Amino acid sequence: MSADITLPAGAPEEVVTNALVRDIDLSAFGGKGSMALITLDNGHDHNRPNTFGPQSVKALDAAITDALGRNPAAIAITGKPFIFAAGADLSALSFLNDRNQSLAIGKLGHDVFRRLGESSIPTFAFINGLALGGGLEVGLHCHYRTVATTAFTALPEVFLGLVPGWGGATILPKLIGPERAVQVIMLNALNNNTMMKAKDALKLGVVDAMYEPADFLERSIGFAVGVLNGTTKIERADYSNDPAWESALATGKAAALKKYGGATIASPFKALELIAAARTNTLAQGFDAEDQVLADLTMSDPLRASLYAFNLIQKKRKKVEGAPKPALARKVTKVGVVGAGLMASQLALLMVRNLKVPVVMTDIDQARAEKGVAWVRNELTKQVEKKRMSPESAARLSALVSGSADQAIFAGCDFVIEAIFEELSLKQELFKKLETIVSPECVLATNTSSLSVERMTEGLKNPERVVGFHFFNPVAVMPLLEVARTSTTDDATTATAIAVGKELKKTMIICKDAPGFVVNRLLTRFMGEVTDAVDEGTSPAVADSAMMEIGFPMSPFQLLDLVGPGVALHVSETLHNNLGPRYRISPTMQRMVKEGVRNFYVKGDDGTVSANPAALALVEKGLTPSTAEQVRSRALKALAEEARMMLDEGVVTTPAEIDLCMLMGAGWPMHLGGILPYLDREGVSESVTGKLFHDKGIASLP
Amino acid sequence: MSRTVVLVDAVRTPFGKAGGMYAGTRADDLMVRAIRGLLERNPKIDPASIEDVAIAAATQTGDQGMNIGRSAALLSGLPNTVPGYSIDRWCAGALTAVTTIAGAIAMGTNEIAIAGGVEHMGNHPMGEGMDPNPRYLAERIVEQDALAMGATAERLHDRFPQLTKERADRYAMSSQLKTAKAYADGKIQRDLIPTAARSAELGWTVATADEAPRPQTTMEGLAGLKTPFRPSGRVTPGNSAGLNDGATAALLASEEKALELGLTIKAKMLTYAFAGVEPEIMGYGPVPSTLKALKQAGLKIEDIGAFEINEAFAVQVIAFLDHFGIADDDVRVNPYGGAIAVGHPLASSGVRLILNLARTFEAQPEVRYGVTTMCIGLGMGGTVIWENPHFKGAK
Repeated sequence: MSADITLPAGAPEEVVTNALVRDIDLSAFGGKGSMALITLDNGHDHNRPNTFGPQSVKALDAAITDALGRNPAAIAITGKPFIFAAGADLSALSFLNDRNQSLAIGKLGHDVFRRLGESSIPTFAFINGLALGGGLEVGLHCHYRTVATTAFTALPEVFLGLVPGWGGATILPKLIGPERAVQVIMLNALNNNTMMKAKDALKLGVVDAMYEPADFLERSIGFAVGVLNGTTKIERADYSNDPAWESALATGKAAALKKYGGATIASPFKALELIAAARTNTLAQGFDAEDQVLADLTMSDPLRASLYAFNLIQKKRKKVEGAPKPALARKVTKVGVVGAGLMASQLALLMVRNLKVPVVMTDIDQARAEKGVAWVRNELTKQVEKKRMSPESAARLSALVSGSADQAIFAGCDFVIEAIFEELSLKQELFKKLETIVSPECVLATNTSSLSVERMTEGLKNPERVVGFHFFNPVAVMPLLEVARTSTTDDATTATAIAVGKELKKTMIICKDAPGFVVNRLLTRFMGEVTDAVDEGTSPAVADSAMMEIGFPMSPFQLLDLVGPGVALHVSETLHNNLGPRYRISPTMQRMVKEGVRNFYVKGDDGTVSANPAALALVEKGLTPSTAEQVRSRALKALAEEARMMLDEGVVTTPAEIDLCMLMGAGWPMHLGGILPYLDREGVSESVTGKLFHDKGIASLP
Repeated sequence: MSRTVVLVDAVRTPFGKAGGMYAGTRADDLMVRAIRGLLERNPKIDPASIEDVAIAAATQTGDQGMNIGRSAALLSGLPNTVPGYSIDRWCAGALTAVTTIAGAIAMGTNEIAIAGGVEHMGNHPMGEGMDPNPRYLAERIVEQDALAMGATAERLHDRFPQLTKERADRYAMSSQLKTAKAYADGKIQRDLIPTAARSAELGWTVATADEAPRPQTTMEGLAGLKTPFRPSGRVTPGNSAGLNDGATAALLASEEKALELGLTIKAKMLTYAFAGVEPEIMGYGPVPSTLKALKQAGLKIEDIGAFEINEAFAVQVIAFLDHFGIADDDVRVNPYGGAIAVGHPLASSGVRLILNLARTFEAQPEVRYGVTTMCIGLGMGGTVIWENPHFKGAK
């Protein structure tokens, strides 16, 4: 067996998953002899799933030895209620400081798991519940698998910046062929970690049979007996000559490039290499290759940043940094939405779906208000048609939404959010008017993206109940919500806003009311450097591709197209006026808005994307072009400078909140840790601000 | 009766000892397993065609509450169009579920239905939540002994001095030996539904046999046991049923429906009766209930070729046999052993008697009539008389 593996210093103590062995008499199932059934159970409930750290892997090793010693007709592995195993214990990974240590952990998993595949006694995995990563890989090593109809399975490693390195990347392509292996290992993982439903796993061939949870174990044993008796035959194909290898790998590659805006990111490309090698590799060769890749990745900064980001997202989903006591929150039993345009309608839909309280919308005339209500109701109907909502729920929610041109319907609201035109004076007028209608405690929230919330409170009798509540478009999809406090916003208002945000299932940060809050401020500064470079004479193609290798999901101009030049220009003007000339106003953009040119890129009939000639014609012709390297450097420096200023100003209190915002609000990738870990490791932070944002080891190698 | 009621099939989970193999398993999960096992064995029956689910439990709270009949139907995956209800007649719960469903079938309001029972005595110890009205004792409606089942068994010994401890022990040992032989011959396993059971400390297992039987039982061993219900008493853990966990389920149908669907017919119900006795000697209950049922059926005790008597206490069985002049070791009585060996998860036991009787019918086509009977706390007995569909004429 492998050398003893001790956890690296600082790592949390492993929650050990025990592997308990019992004999099952197969005669009751029409079989002969007994089955040694191994139960994986860490002694906690389903909120703390089974995981595999070194001690857990060793416990499984001992259980396999025990099981083999019983000379059973079959060996099977199952989990505790609702959970099979959620994969490798990631908590210690961030503390590894020696490649050999990392290599040993990978090898330990292989050495133990492969015993299940190499066993001359048939082995079975009864996947009774969640099986992720290393958990599913344990099952893949077994000769046969059953799954409960309610169990979700996935190989999320590539999503996390790893590879399925405990056998998955090698076994799965051999088991289900290249196309489906790429689907599971690459496409699902890259698609925001999509998990397989049981019927998908069955269809893809990842599992051999599916049974209902009520008697899953009994039926699974019945299946095993069928296999042992020869009455159930499971055919395994040889995919080494499958014609789809090339196309499957190409599909995986395209998905990896698309996810990261054309960048070659290590984890997906290494996963592809392992999948490709599985075509001809022996299992042993494949496992060795997995060990090497895993060791390289775990000893890399991008993986450490990714783990930091993953943990950050998990943690902050539950706990909002700096939030007042939840008990201070006031009950919200009626919600008002001012405006009935698309943004407002999306907000109304989100509110009614999650809060299930009356939602009233207003607009400047009855027809517009009714149009907003109709949009919401139509969206609910669509949910019913897609069978995502029962007709009763839709009827209930539809009846809760109403609209009017008369703002008097806001009477009785506990929470009113405005999404009207981005014009400070209009919003000031609105809030003054609302004060005459609603109670003094009613929260007045604004979805402004860059205007001063503080100034919206001017002249109000109760400015303490005003709060910024900034969503990202599309509001149903984007997980981030920036809650902006003015100098007078009280704790009850903030707590109420946070409580509403929680109901809306958003990840939140609390920030000071400052122009652009966090995401728009950083994005605008970043994009400003790129548009500046173009205005100075850099070719748009060079400027826009300068950041490609970093792995952002889209290029600056693609983002511009998504936001629309009008909104982008408006935000940059506001930030220019409030934060100073480092936020420049691009003449190119001004011209695009003036001429009504909405896109920098156009899609041809054949689907190819090219620069829009109409936009190119409007580009400022500067005389001092930059190289791509120079563009990238100034854009990253700008990010570091701005982030440091935001922390110094107290817009947010911790660097982690900035990272969280960029992960959840801008969709920036986990391997950058949001952004600050990347700026740290590239030396940008130190060169611009004289110090790092994060201590070494937090989101990087120690 | 307007229509003949038949037993299509009956199954049970293996019975566990309270605190034993089902300590980590819910009562409703045991019940669900029995129902699903029953339906798996009878694939010709469309689950949607089941018209009612009557499930008994003696303590109807917690995992045996929430209307265990409806709850078990939903948890078993039966369509939500199938209704269900719960039944309680203490130990005769499942037996009463069967007779109540039979009543509905005979009346023509149901064609096919499920009757069963469950008791998880580990989760619900006897007497849990009991709050006897003080009037019972204050007004001498019953004596104190009536409220403790072991004490009623001692009272039977008092009432009938010929029922000695030695006879009770011998009967108990014979029950253990018959069960051991039945297991060795594979007779009991046929109707057991393998049931998953989890222990947090030991992991998952699947129960495939009863946990309680003590095949090594000897008269000497039995003689030395304590008498927990009174000093120098006669009732011991060895000549009583234990505290157990288990579930049973039976499929009943009208004879026409069974024939129409081509279902097996394992037994035909002739009649049933419940009757009361002094609560202090509740174990005597099967005597009057059987007399009443025989009268209704127009039969004499000599006509009965097979008996399945619940063995709450050995003394209660031999009291019954004595009354009818049947020998303690008569081969017609409990040929596969009984509750003293396999256990008595209160409200589930009635269907266990029925499934055993159905096996006797199958094995003995010369037997025409059989009886399932049991005593019931607070002084009652219940009896169902069945006719053997395999009857080929007397030997």
